[in-house]
Amino acid sequence: MSATAAQSPIKPRVRTRRRRDPSSHMVLVALIVLAAVMLLPFVIVVFNALKTPQEYGANGALAPPEGFYLQGLKDFWERVDFGRKLLNSIIISGSVAVLAVILSVLNAYALGIGRIKGRLWILVLLLMANTLPQEALVYPLYYLSKQLGIYDTRLSVIIVFAVIQSAFGTYLLSSVLGAFPRPLLEAARMDGASKWQVLWRIIVPVTRPTLSVLLVFFFIWTWNEFLIPLVFLISNDNQTVSVALGVLHGQRLMDATMSSASALLGILPTLIFFLIFQRTLTRGLTAGSIK
Amino acid sequence: MRRPAAAPGPIRAGWRSHDRAAYLLYLLPGLLLFVGVILVPFVMNVGTSLTEWSGVGTPRWVGLDNYKTLFSDGEFWASFRHNVALIIAMAIIPTAIGLVLAAALTDFIGKNFGGRTASVLRACVYLPQLLPIAIAGIVWSWILAPENGAVNELLAAVGLDSLAHDWLGDPKTAMAAVMVVMVWIQIGFPLVIFMSGLQRVDPSLYEAAEIDGASWWRRFRHITIPQIRPEIFVCLLWCTIASLKAFAPIYVLTKGGPGGATNVPSYFSYQNFFEKTDAGYGSAIATVLTLIIVALTVVFLRVQSKDLEER
Repeated sequence: MSATAAQSPIKPRVRTRRRRDPSSHMVLVALIVLAAVMLLPFVIVVFNALKTPQEYGANGALAPPEGFYLQGLKDFWERVDFGRKLLNSIIISGSVAVLAVILSVLNAYALGIGRIKGRLWILVLLLMANTLPQEALVYPLYYLSKQLGIYDTRLSVIIVFAVIQSAFGTYLLSSVLGAFPRPLLEAARMDGASKWQVLWRIIVPVTRPTLSVLLVFFFIWTWNEFLIPLVFLISNDNQTVSVALGVLHGQRLMDATMSSASALLGILPTLIFFLIFQRTLTRGLTAGSIK
Repeated sequence: MRRPAAAPGPIRAGWRSHDRAAYLLYLLPGLLLFVGVILVPFVMNVGTSLTEWSGVGTPRWVGLDNYKTLFSDGEFWASFRHNVALIIAMAIIPTAIGLVLAAALTDFIGKNFGGRTASVLRACVYLPQLLPIAIAGIVWSWILAPENGAVNELLAAVGLDSLAHDWLGDPKTAMAAVMVVMVWIQIGFPLVIFMSGLQRVDPSLYEAAEIDGASWWRRFRHITIPQIRPEIFVCLLWCTIASLKAFAPIYVLTKGGPGGATNVPSYFSYQNFFEKTDAGYGSAIATVLTLIIVALTVVFLRVQSKDLEER
């Protein structure tokens, strides 16, 4: 390589960068194989969710489907009342996302803008909500929610996760608001705006990109939760997608095509979110700092 | 996160201490909810761990008995050994593979075949991270199924029928099968972290090394790894904590079986709470798990800040 550089001293960098030797092609092939292996489980799920049980029996798991057999998906949808589970997941994740963002904003307003005493310790304490294993909270929460009469309601899960998720939001927003331009706040003060008005008319609009990223994170994180929803939502009508599919799977009653139908229905919402939210995420993360 | 944490700036007129106190009001809802949902339950959990309680009736005070039982309980220690396997599968292997992949994608593919190829490949590897773990578990337990499972069919297709196996049902292979699944799930996380970390490495470092004739491996060892050390630390800590909290994959894949071969502390505590109705013992396990996570976090942060000082 030093020889190449010596022979063409004018543009050695471009030379070395553009050069595609056989080894770099081998690396590319290896990485494509790896990507294919990572995607293989998804492909197999899609294949088999679209097969009739007879076709599966005759051709096995690896063969591509002969046609689009949607009856299996439809049967599964009806059998588990999937629409209802989807609605539960959306209600729970949506409410948690909104509530947790509101809590994060209020907390961060006091910590980042108000700079109240002992804010560092308060922040560390609040972050415990994220660090503690849920196993160390689940039984007392289960007991307390029974005492309060909110066991097996979506509300109980919403409250718990709003608090858990807001820990991260408080942490992120406190540091963002700590660097908030003070002149803007003081100008608003001069005009006689109260703290409440400053919060809603200035802070929230200016930090909107960060808030929308938090909203998306909280939604997806809550959607993916398992232990606490599993313990709290025992009746069929309240279960989320993950819990319903996980419990059903645990009973080992499903045949192969039904299993893959359930897996496909579990995967689809995630893929849809990914496509919807991708822009918010990439845009919001770069817009996360305030000018 | 791009901004430094709130630093005590100069106090200006209008931000005096009585004024600050008014902001406490805004902290009130968050603090009250934190006390109700996190602090009180956690203290209750520690309290319960000192009793014998089935979940109904009055708990009976037994002091440290649950912890004494715990330390002589073979099942408990086995669950910890299994968790070490999970740490290897969820933290160590993905970090190692993620490092090599991130370097290969940035250094090789990005330069020779364009950034687009690199980001498509990255997205493929990252995809499993987006799945709810419970769903990923369903997908895999079916792929690994003894009859008609995709893995066994694949083996049969290449003439290796004799290797077909009940992967999750045999105590000898169950843990290894779970580990494979966890590597598949986890690998995208370090990759994405490391690739964004590599973006801040000065390209002239690589160019200089390349002109000096340094091999890819040498550049990897002497530039890539030292430059993204902070990311490696964060990633290892985060993944290790995640593996100590791994409940959903065990619940869906094996339920701790066969014969406890894949049981981990988080699932073990769940079993005691809700299957064996031994809330005291379950709480003791959960408390020990918490202590380990807190200790690990402290140790990691110490090592990390020491490492930063030395550089």
